[in-house]
Amino acid sequence: MAKTFAEKLLARKAGLAEVEPGQIVTVKPEHLLTHDNTAAIIGKIESDLEKYGVASPELSVIVLDHVVPAANEKIATNHKKIREFVKKFNIKHFYDAGEGICHQVVIEKGHAVPGTIVVGSDSHTCSYGALGVFSTGVDRTEAAALMLTGETWLKVPQSIKISLSGDFPTGVSAKDLILQIIGDVRADGANYCSVEFHGELDKLSLDDRITISNMGVEMGAKIAIFPVDDLAANYLNSIGVEYTSYENIWSDPDANYLKEFEYDLSKISPVVSKPHTVDNVASVTEVLGTEIQQCFLGTCTNGRLRDFEVAASILKGKKITPSLRFIVLPASRSIFNEAIRRGYIETLSEAGAIVLPTGCGPCLGAHQGVLAPGEVCLSTANRNFKGRMGCKDAEIYLASPETVAVSALYGKITDPRSEL
Amino acid sequence: MSETNRVWKYGNDINTDMLFPGKYTYTCSTADEIIPHLLEDLDPDFANNVKSGDLILAGKNFGCGSSREQPALGLRAVGIDAVIAKSYARIFYRAAINQGLLLIECPQAVDAYREGDDVELNLDQGEIIIAGKTYTFPTLPEEILAIREAGGLLEYTRKKLEQKK
Repeated sequence: MAKTFAEKLLARKAGLAEVEPGQIVTVKPEHLLTHDNTAAIIGKIESDLEKYGVASPELSVIVLDHVVPAANEKIATNHKKIREFVKKFNIKHFYDAGEGICHQVVIEKGHAVPGTIVVGSDSHTCSYGALGVFSTGVDRTEAAALMLTGETWLKVPQSIKISLSGDFPTGVSAKDLILQIIGDVRADGANYCSVEFHGELDKLSLDDRITISNMGVEMGAKIAIFPVDDLAANYLNSIGVEYTSYENIWSDPDANYLKEFEYDLSKISPVVSKPHTVDNVASVTEVLGTEIQQCFLGTCTNGRLRDFEVAASILKGKKITPSLRFIVLPASRSIFNEAIRRGYIETLSEAGAIVLPTGCGPCLGAHQGVLAPGEVCLSTANRNFKGRMGCKDAEIYLASPETVAVSALYGKITDPRSEL
Repeated sequence: MSETNRVWKYGNDINTDMLFPGKYTYTCSTADEIIPHLLEDLDPDFANNVKSGDLILAGKNFGCGSSREQPALGLRAVGIDAVIAKSYARIFYRAAINQGLLLIECPQAVDAYREGDDVELNLDQGEIIIAGKTYTFPTLPEEILAIREAGGLLEYTRKKLEQKK
């Protein structure tokens, strides 16, 4: 019988001939991602770790990114505990503050290998679907149990097929596409599901695909997965994940889908998610002129080189409006370094941007760029929930890097097509 | 248990930032630290007035958003008997199982409830009785029930590790 990606992969990983949606299987993920929350995770199992140790020193990928550099003594102490844990249990894959946002680091360091399972104590772990990885978020307690046992259960998901064709018009990009999809599917429309992307994918760069997979969880998806084509395989090879080192799994042509959608990229236009839900999607033309006090370019959704290139090309030789704070934050050190070499950072700084160190920073309101009551932020992040950026009486609009960069010039939401 | 429970009623898409603000995620991880901030941006009265045995009723996609487990941990710690919602986001669903917090998926019961109605839970039979009318809900698969019955995932894991030894 024809099978979806999720059905094939989970059958293989569970050592079964075949599995069906709804079935519960036990799997041993190749990696477990944790970040600053590692401190709380190991705090739950201190005596168990003494007794049993970790299941494998190769399992954990730990990246300090959420509140870096530490914002206060408590967080600094947590970071210290994590470093001591890493040393004591000889954890092989540890990336300290400054290396980057965990999801970007997992990809750049070659831990996102096609056909493997990665679970992470972070909801945006679904990002590696861009590289054919069955990757999904879990909570801290499950991460703690995984550290001890190396295994967990997964329910075989039903699948949704999204077929893409065409190319984006000027001023429109992958962020507009995924926001449009979430607006159509709604915040729970893909709940528990595997979302597969099909069709003409050659117009989507790897950066674009990561933006799309990253936001899968905002429609409830368990995974948001792309096939591993030449573009993905060549990238992986360039970072040391060789062509022959993984199994390239993809769905059968006549597999069974719960729902199917088609999108022609040429018909997508700039959109925003209005406060306070991601699926509250509207055309940018409906919110033109909305006054904003802060713009934010960055995060695991849109902090990659492509996003910096777009913003720099829009802002080259220009100045943002003085009444606005424009925060830019690269998703990793390697992106930051390359953005420096290419002059993007200089361009953005000269335009008036505040360049923050790589990390999660303003996105979750823990520190850096917190909003005041009554303020409005236009952001490339993935969530606009009430209180998300540290203040329940502020508003967040989500948009593409194009829309954010152009709007920074005027201090109000602006259609990027007017400048491009 | 079969006495009447007090109900806190909320709408659709209640996300984890509303259940527990993200700004506290890296400074509050124990029950004592979490409880004062539970539902802070959704319902400021909740944390001070919630009592053991209370119920939460909510619409679709309860617990969507971040993977933070503080909402599940905190609701369990204050003694919420069960959350009854039309549907749940998947990470929250897992987090609740792992904390031993009971989640019931029963859209009919949520639609039927009117403020002031008596709500009674009958777990053994998989029944909710609202204003005298009975609604049924599906029980958990056996593999997952075992986690909840052990008192949560860590207790379940410890038992397994002990057996292996």
